[in-house]
Amino acid sequence: MANDAFLSETVSITGHDGDAIEAYAALPQDTAPRGGVIVIHHMPGYDEGSKEITRTFAAHGYNAVCPNLYWREAPGADPSDAAATARAAGGVPDDRLVGDVAGAMAYLNSLPNANGKTATIGFCSGGRQSWLANGSLPLNAAIVCYGAFIVGETPEGLPARATLGHLASSMSGPVLGLWGNEDVYPTPAQVDEIEQLLKEAGKPYEFHRYDGAGHAFFMVDRASFRPEVAIEGWATIWKFLGTNIGA
Amino acid sequence: MCTYQTELLEMKGSGKGPSEWVRFTDASVYVDHPVHAMAGHTLNIDLRRPEDGPAARVAIELHPQAARELAEAILRSLASVPEAVLAAG
Repeated sequence: MANDAFLSETVSITGHDGDAIEAYAALPQDTAPRGGVIVIHHMPGYDEGSKEITRTFAAHGYNAVCPNLYWREAPGADPSDAAATARAAGGVPDDRLVGDVAGAMAYLNSLPNANGKTATIGFCSGGRQSWLANGSLPLNAAIVCYGAFIVGETPEGLPARATLGHLASSMSGPVLGLWGNEDVYPTPAQVDEIEQLLKEAGKPYEFHRYDGAGHAFFMVDRASFRPEVAIEGWATIWKFLGTNIGA
Repeated sequence: MCTYQTELLEMKGSGKGPSEWVRFTDASVYVDHPVHAMAGHTLNIDLRRPEDGPAARVAIELHPQAARELAEAILRSLASVPEAVLAAG
């Protein structure tokens, strides 16, 4: 009988600048080597949905960890309170995100059943951060779910967010992009632009664009949830991870 | 999308959460994904007292039309009272 047990618990990892930060880990107990997935939570925070996603990766055989990106601003706070506090403080700086993902990689690779391969997945603002991490760290793959502000001008009235198109040529691992054709951030034209950048850089990628879906189609507790698209998206994710970081 | 846009302002007043009253010192106002409301984007207000920690907060997520109607009702209510009453505190 297969050993499908996994342990999920709160752990401490070493993040940016050597800071100890909270993270939620879900770890298969089988000793066979396996890849690791870093779940980058969305802007509403290190919430129940993000933890459920982390457990889903473990249920599919991957070591998974979700760093609490708001730990410094609001240790131990309710996720939505932490998100409000982090937002009022200006949000997560890009360099700190990269440092925290690097810490999550080190944590995953230190596990006794690690195969040394890691991938990121991020949703919404986390999608942009998944791209950022893959352009900054030696990851083996990155999944970008409807990440806005990778390319394109910041709309008038919004605070300028550094666009990250220039990182296309620095992508470490293949990129899986999952996009809704009814999304406005990013628009389908911006997704075209991201694809073109990867093509020009000669980087491996796989993009899937879904009709009938806008932003946040994976979020099961939101009005934007599109079950048929999410089911297809998850199937694509399992195939992509199997190829690139092997369970 | 995550808008990243936030209006920050100093706030004077009180509000009640599930268990106790909070005397506010700060507020954040923004349009972004809600945590709880069933909508893609809402007008969100965090009325906060940071010195008492992240939980010292009353959070509101309003559908855009509801937010406009509330804002107009607030302004109408203020306008309906003589300025001297408001100035008296």
